[in-house]
Amino acid sequence: MTNIKMTNKQLLLTTILTAFVGTSAIANDNSKLRGSVKIDGSSTVYPITEAVAEEFAEEAPRVRVTVGISGTGGGFKRFSAGEIDISDASRPIKATEEKVCTEAGLEFIEVPVAYDGLTIVVNKENDWCNALTVDQIKKMFLDGSTAKTWQDIDSSWPAMPLKLYSPGTDSGTFDYFKEVVAGKTGSIRSDMSVSEDDNVLVRGVAGDKGGIGFFGCAYFFENTDKLKAVAVHNGTANVMPNSESIESGEYAPFSRPLFIYVNKEALAKPAVKIFVDYYIDNAGDMAEEVGYVRLPEDIYNRVRSNIATMKTGTQFLDDEGEKVHGALAAVYK
Amino acid sequence: MNSKKKRNHSAKQIQDKLFICFCVAVTFLSVSALVVLLVTIAKQSVGHLDFDLLTSYPSRHPEKAGIKAAMWGTVWVCTICVLIAIPIGTATSIYLEEFARKNKLTRFIELNISNLAGVPSIVYGILGLTVFARMFGVFGTVNDPFVEVGDPTSFWYFRLPLGSSIIVGGLTLALVVLPIIIVSSREAIRSVPNSLREASLAIGATKWETVRKVVLPQAAPGILTGAILSTSRAIGEAAPLLVIGGFLFIRFTPANVFDDFTAMPLQIYNWASRPQEEFHAVAAAAIIVLLILLLLFNGTAAIIRYKFQKVKIK
Repeated sequence: MTNIKMTNKQLLLTTILTAFVGTSAIANDNSKLRGSVKIDGSSTVYPITEAVAEEFAEEAPRVRVTVGISGTGGGFKRFSAGEIDISDASRPIKATEEKVCTEAGLEFIEVPVAYDGLTIVVNKENDWCNALTVDQIKKMFLDGSTAKTWQDIDSSWPAMPLKLYSPGTDSGTFDYFKEVVAGKTGSIRSDMSVSEDDNVLVRGVAGDKGGIGFFGCAYFFENTDKLKAVAVHNGTANVMPNSESIESGEYAPFSRPLFIYVNKEALAKPAVKIFVDYYIDNAGDMAEEVGYVRLPEDIYNRVRSNIATMKTGTQFLDDEGEKVHGALAAVYK
Repeated sequence: MNSKKKRNHSAKQIQDKLFICFCVAVTFLSVSALVVLLVTIAKQSVGHLDFDLLTSYPSRHPEKAGIKAAMWGTVWVCTICVLIAIPIGTATSIYLEEFARKNKLTRFIELNISNLAGVPSIVYGILGLTVFARMFGVFGTVNDPFVEVGDPTSFWYFRLPLGSSIIVGGLTLALVVLPIIIVSSREAIRSVPNSLREASLAIGATKWETVRKVVLPQAAPGILTGAILSTSRAIGEAAPLLVIGGFLFIRFTPANVFDDFTAMPLQIYNWASRPQEEFHAVAAAAIIVLLILLLLFNGTAAIIRYKFQKVKIK
């Protein structure tokens, strides 16, 4: 605990130092800048945006940045209605949402900002399950599954009752898990303990020897003393979720990119443009500070060039409006 | 015969005592639940409940995070909510109790108001978003408003559509609490003895004079009790404010009623669901501040009620 606090303090110190160096270099540029930047959307992305906005306030104190947490879907609704400049999203835009934007004549630029690794966790006392394949996860979570004990998943495991814990079905986290495990048409079984608050899931699995659950890696990183993460078989090897394996893409298929979507028209406003540039330059550091994983520098560079060339539209939907699957580095150009 | 009666009598006395014991136990149960809640929250909030909490804006560092924007947002929104809901609610109940004819239409209205009191607040949020914030889109969007007067940072700024602003938050919460106010105000007006009305009318007062000078002062304490209950509800609502587009991260306090806002329940909810345990402590400290704020609101209403009770006709 003290160790973690130390690192936090060191981080704080470094941030203050960088901020100081940063402001002294370009203070003349932005300290008098005025304007507003309105952001809404995913509560998963919120901590990163909050951190960036907080730092940005040091650099451009007169710019009024506001951030909401309507959820990814709610954010896109306000985004397509032209009420906000930037939409936080914990998944790529859907075909239906893109259609609404197109009909409203609204163009946007897609900006991945960080990775979140969906972590599968079990109780600390669970000494039998160290790694899972996607097939085993399907056996546990798919609708119609009859697995009631751990033995039903692997015959060498004990006959301990299998208790499933899941985030709320409205969350982007659940959406992502469902897409990986159940695909486009399948569904997840409904006899699980569900909570909108991931801390409830942490407590649930921590207090239930036969429990298994999943949520964003930030909740696991904060609770490594209470929970045990399970390695996931990515097709070639068992991989544990940590910042290296998530950043490299090895932790598949459960690492997901987080995005901000920027209204192209709003980007013409100096305040929004400078904020977005600032966001991209600091997204990696801020994401790590709040418990997410930075993207490879290569992807941030692609983002910078996409903003320079005003490349609009999503790269996660093909011409027929079908979702494009694959790792971020392969899909996002 | 006599001894049987006596036995019966003492059995009844025991019954009586048992009932009192039961009542005391039940009262203590609810009070102790409140005490346990307060003590756990207070214990959790240790180290964060200080003046900095009230003067800082949201931050990713729990030790620097504060509720300045959220607190002022809540004060503005709830004040507007109360200023709108109490006059409308009281006027409605005066009409329904004193002036309206008892026919099918009024019964229909009455039934609907009682039903509305049970509608989940998120539904009012959706209504507020369409009707108040977007105004059905007839006045364009917030970024391209149909009417705009003044500078957005000045006090007299005005805009149509209203957008996701403080005034819309206040109006939406007013919708949430209106049925509660109407139901309790009607109850209060109904409890004013008819003899007072008749006496007033008999000495030549008009109906309006009777309502204003006799019925309302008599009913005021009851009406204010309803107002207290509804403020308590409004101050804790998060769902409708989230739906109409209340923000969370804001580093300024409101300049006018058309400003963006955040409210304490939103901030508390977000902190409580963060992975970092330090944020849960900040949430606990914010809950204490929210409770104090609620006490201030209710205390004001209680003082007004006390004043009214003194002028009651003896």
